[in-house]
Amino acid sequence: MKAKIRVTLKTGVLDPQGKAIAGALGHLGFSGIGDVRQGKYFEIDLAETDKVRAREQVKAMCEKLIANTVIENYDIDLT
Amino acid sequence: MKSAVVVFPGINRERDMMLALETVTGQRPVAVWHAETELPSVDLVVVPGGFSYGDYLRCGAIAARSPIMQAIKARAAAGLRVLGVCNGFQIITEAGLLPGALVRNAGLRFVCRQVRLTVENNRTFFTNRMQTGAIVSCPVAHGEGNYICDTETLKRLEGEGRVVFRYAEGTNPNGAMNDIAGIMNETGTVIGMMPHPENMIEPLHGRTDCRPLFESLLAA
Repeated sequence: MKAKIRVTLKTGVLDPQGKAIAGALGHLGFSGIGDVRQGKYFEIDLAETDKVRAREQVKAMCEKLIANTVIENYDIDLT
Repeated sequence: MKSAVVVFPGINRERDMMLALETVTGQRPVAVWHAETELPSVDLVVVPGGFSYGDYLRCGAIAARSPIMQAIKARAAAGLRVLGVCNGFQIITEAGLLPGALVRNAGLRFVCRQVRLTVENNRTFFTNRMQTGAIVSCPVAHGEGNYICDTETLKRLEGEGRVVFRYAEGTNPNGAMNDIAGIMNETGTVIGMMPHPENMIEPLHGRTDCRPLFESLLAA
C-alpha cells in the first residue's frame, strides 16, 4: 500500500515562499494570481495491507515527524 | 560547572560553543555524539548551531528525533539545564522542549550580520550577570529564525516573563513575532535563542558583549 501525504502551512502562518512564487508568476505575465501557498508532498510505501491500520500508522508518522502540527496541517491518501 | 555539547551530522558551531564554555567557565565541555543514548553527568547541555542533517524536512526536525535527544528530553523533564543556540533552538523546539516554531525568514534571505539584543529577563541561568533592559551586540546567521506561536502561547510567554531576548528596535532580522530572539520554558531550565553569543566573547570577535551570558552560568 502507498500513502500519499500532503503537508500544508496552517491558515494564518506567513508563507514568504508562496508570496515570492506569486510575484514571479506575475512577472511571467500570469494575471489574476491570488494567494499562493507552498506545501510538501510525500509518498511512503507500506507493508501494511489493511487500510484502517495503515491510516493509523501514517497518522502517527505525521504527528511525530512528517508534519510540525504547530504550523502545519496534513492529509493522507491511501492507494 | 560541567557541560556537554551535542554534536549532530551537519552541526558546525560546536567548536565555537565548546571554546566559549571552556574560556569562560574554565572547564572543557564533553562532546556528545547524536547516536549516544545516555548523557554524561553534567549541569548543562548545549545544543549548538549549524545545519543538522542539511536542514532536511524542517530545520532541526531530524535531529530532534535522534537517540541523544530522547535522553536530553528525559533529563530536561527532571530539571537539567538545556541551552539551544540557532539550529540548537530549532532542534529543541522541534523536540517539544519549547513552544512554537521557527519558520523561514520573512525576507526569504539567509541573514548573517550583527544585531542588537535586549535582555528582557535577567532572572535566568544565562542572563543573571546582565541587567534587564541591557542591550548587547550579537551576531545572527540563519535562514529560518522567524519565531511564531499561537496567540495564547504568545500571551503566556510575554505574561510570564519567558521572552529572554528580544531584537532591539529596528534590528529584527527575520520577522519574528514581537521581535522574539530567545525564550525559555515554564520552569526557566530550558533556553533557546537564534543569535550566536558564543561568537561575541573575545576581543578578536570585535566585541565581548556576550561574555557575561557565559559568566552567568557560573553563578547559576
